[in-house]
Amino acid sequence: MGNSMTDQTLTSETQTPPKDQSDKKPGIIRVEGMHKWYGDFHVLKDLNLTVDQGERIVICGPSGSGKSTFIRCINRLEEHQQGKIIVDDVELTDDVRQIDTVRREVGMVFQHFNLFPHLTVLENCCLSPIWVRKTPRKEAEASAMEYLERVKIPDQANKFPGQLSGGQQQRVAIARALCMKPKIMLFDEPTSALDPEMIKEVLDVMIELAGSGMTMMCVTHEMGFAKTVADRVIFMDGGEIVEQAPPHEFFTNPQEARTQKFLQQILAH
Amino acid sequence: MTESTMKAPKKALRPVKWMRENLFSGWFNTALTLAVAYLLVTSVGPLLNWFFLDANFVGSDASDCTGAGACWLFISQRLNFFIYGFYPDELQWRVDTMFLLLAVAFVPQFVERFPGRKWLGLFGIFGLPVVGYFLIPGGTFGLEEVQSSKWGGLMLTLILAYIGIIASLPIGILLALGRRSDMPIIRGICVVFIEVWRAVPLITVLFMASVMLPLFLPEGVNFEKLARALIGITLWQSAYMAEVIRGGLQAIPRGQYEAADALGLGYWRKMGLVILPQALKMVIPGIVNTFISLFKDTTLVLIIGLFDILGTVQSTVTDPAWQNVAIEGYVFVAFCFWVFCFGISRYSQNLERKLDTGHKT
Amino acid sequence: MKKQTIDTRPAGPKPWNDPRVRSLFFQAIAIAFVFWGGWVLVDNTLSNMESRGISTGFGFLNETAGFGIIMNLVPYDATMSYGRTFWVGLTNTLLVSAMGVVAATILGFIIGVARLSSNWLVAKMALVYIEVIRNIPLLLQIFFWYFAVLSNLPSPRQSVDVGGALFLNNRGLYLPEPLTQEGFGIVWGGILLAIAAVVGIRIWAKKRQLATGQIFPTFKVGVAILVVVPLVSYLVAGSPIEWDIPALKGFNFGGGITIIPELAALWIALSLYTASFIAEIVRSGILSVSKGQTEASKALGLPNGLTLRLVVIPQAMRVIIPPLTSQYLNLVKNSSLATAIGYPDLVAVFMGTTLNQTGQAVEVVAITMAVYLTISLLISLFMNIYNRAVAIKER
Repeated sequence: MGNSMTDQTLTSETQTPPKDQSDKKPGIIRVEGMHKWYGDFHVLKDLNLTVDQGERIVICGPSGSGKSTFIRCINRLEEHQQGKIIVDDVELTDDVRQIDTVRREVGMVFQHFNLFPHLTVLENCCLSPIWVRKTPRKEAEASAMEYLERVKIPDQANKFPGQLSGGQQQRVAIARALCMKPKIMLFDEPTSALDPEMIKEVLDVMIELAGSGMTMMCVTHEMGFAKTVADRVIFMDGGEIVEQAPPHEFFTNPQEARTQKFLQQILAH
Repeated sequence: MTESTMKAPKKALRPVKWMRENLFSGWFNTALTLAVAYLLVTSVGPLLNWFFLDANFVGSDASDCTGAGACWLFISQRLNFFIYGFYPDELQWRVDTMFLLLAVAFVPQFVERFPGRKWLGLFGIFGLPVVGYFLIPGGTFGLEEVQSSKWGGLMLTLILAYIGIIASLPIGILLALGRRSDMPIIRGICVVFIEVWRAVPLITVLFMASVMLPLFLPEGVNFEKLARALIGITLWQSAYMAEVIRGGLQAIPRGQYEAADALGLGYWRKMGLVILPQALKMVIPGIVNTFISLFKDTTLVLIIGLFDILGTVQSTVTDPAWQNVAIEGYVFVAFCFWVFCFGISRYSQNLERKLDTGHKT
Repeated sequence: MKKQTIDTRPAGPKPWNDPRVRSLFFQAIAIAFVFWGGWVLVDNTLSNMESRGISTGFGFLNETAGFGIIMNLVPYDATMSYGRTFWVGLTNTLLVSAMGVVAATILGFIIGVARLSSNWLVAKMALVYIEVIRNIPLLLQIFFWYFAVLSNLPSPRQSVDVGGALFLNNRGLYLPEPLTQEGFGIVWGGILLAIAAVVGIRIWAKKRQLATGQIFPTFKVGVAILVVVPLVSYLVAGSPIEWDIPALKGFNFGGGITIIPELAALWIALSLYTASFIAEIVRSGILSVSKGQTEASKALGLPNGLTLRLVVIPQAMRVIIPPLTSQYLNLVKNSSLATAIGYPDLVAVFMGTTLNQTGQAVEVVAITMAVYLTISLLISLFMNIYNRAVAIKER
């Protein structure tokens, strides 16, 4: 548990670029001096990050750099052993009720969709509103249909996930997460399991979502997406945050050698 | 890259931490652990006493079993009967030879990269039955004949299981091919045959073999009881074998069939050269598993009056010369079966894992 | 240019090279072979039976059996017919099978879940149980319980006495039998009322959840109603049950319900043995639900209990049910091992004694096999219907 923490004010001031969103809540996600180990393997090393409401963060880095693990720590699918993670003023500890509170406010989209194959698309979307938010079914279904329309597949509502294409499944997964009306959306490589022709339809949905002012953290290799919508790009390597900068700066003038090397490799082809 | 030398925070000593996480996390787990631990502690002591500390190992007859524990004497005294049945003492070298050959053929299968282990295995499947056919009953090559009614014990158990599995293999292959055939009538015959045998208990099959088989045969033709049991077991087992092999045939990708067709191979060449070699290799674990269940099921022959290992023990525990040795006898048989079945099932699990990864790469 | 029309059809093959003709030919041979084999068998059997003086036909079913059976669920005594012995055997088979299925399912699910427990000791104990029990022949286990355990129980005079109502000795387990008295109708009414109330509450709770989203603790309230209402009605009616308590009369017990040791041994062994297979099925069923599913459910904010109930169990059951039913089928078939210890099941009574006395092997074996075939077909029919109903739809 996060007993030993680094100096909180210092880290958050130095790492957050100044922003002028006075109506938005600053620091909806605060990560302070966070470490994680798998057994003896040190996966995440002293991570510090503050994300303001409405901010759109893209995390990139070579595979094995810990970026997926990091994003999964934010809704406690993975436990951290040291440091603090505070989401919407609730600190993630071993306390089950706090974890549930955070998860209710944080939507997540997985690389492999993870839709429930035994439920229809509509039932997938309504599951959490009905059982967690205790919404009447009619209301839950109506709002689910709205979100399905937003991701442009209302006509598939009564099909089962197995009957849809990968791109459609991922859009359902996004709609399912949105049905919780979360304050934050996490995307864990949402397009890497998709065929090339389906990537665009998912990215379009994500871009539209970004335009609506949702707070987003997205692990992705889609540099085009990063350039168009991100407020900040974070580069991770070896479990550390190596560099973070607004996309324009990040792509044109990377400071660190590791970032330059990564960008060369990824933009080479 | 700066390698951090930080170690994971250690909240407690390792064993203590392990116990807290794996035995005492929450009141429910703690209660469960304590209950199980209590049961273990109270039962292990008496069991240990019965098995070893108070048990009797030396002596010559029941009067030497004076301790409160197990009378292992009973096993060691009757061991010969449990292994060979009524097979004459001076001819038991023939059975021992078969045991040895069996071990030579199959023990290396557990050792990876044993030189020539494939050939030993093939000898075990094709050569061993031939050797056994001449050696065990005798009557040829100047060997004295031993009636099958004198066979018994572990030896009979192994014969039943072994012949049952080997003989059912070719029938099972034909049935599996028939069930996947394009010809509706052939397919129908195979489906009915397989499903009928699979639906009935082995006991009814054994009864049928011992009561009805003599009626089916022309007058004058008759088999010994053992042969009748073997026919019943083989037919019954071949239905299960067919289903296992069918699983393998279905797992072969369509492309293999098409490639064989494209090469202009006829049906039997296609199956024999391309499909079956792959399918059979794939279903070895399944065949081994059916062997394990057949091996356990051979005990049923005691109901029709054959003396397999359980039959010999069962007939001895009711022997008035020995009293209250039933548990010892059953523990002995259980141990024999357990060692065989557990060992073989571990082998098949390993094989399964290996074949599994082999197919994905 | 030639005016000749070209025949575009491929030239017909020689008949013996035409696959369709070949196929017909082989099938004709197969049919001929089957019929010839059948005819030879029937012919041999008939001549054999004639020479041995065995009568044929099903007339024997109406003849007097003349032997006693130690346990019967349908009324039976030695003056009744062979046909009646069939029903006695069949009901005994069905009884022990049903008892075994219930016990093996409960035990198997508990052990299967224990196998996945985070408690190291519990998980290891479950593993040991599975690996020991399923690698030892069932017949041996039946013998163990019958000859080594139950036969070594004290004689009726020294019975193990539990509270003066329940007696255990080497003749069996004696339980008090509830005899309903006048006024028990009120208790039945109470039970029916409770069931109706629970069903009603369930419907109401579901409707309310659909309409308002409120979740009602149906399970807890339901259990409470099921316990309290019948209990109150029992007391109101003036406790209208009298217990027929078994008592020692002479050398044995009389009164109450008796579970004979043959049934007990068979039931215990069948349940323990089948449970070890069911446990493995349950374990692999639960493991078959991928980690991504539980993660997604958690990410949606569903707590552990709901994740299990709404996501894991519905998917695991689809994997568990098919092999589970085949284990049930195995259990029914294995109950025929009853013969070995003298429990009067279908095989022991009908295929054993009745066959021996009448000698009509063909008819008796055919009837017995037909029974097992019917049970098997019914179970696979149920399986297919179930599979079709719950199949996860894919492209």
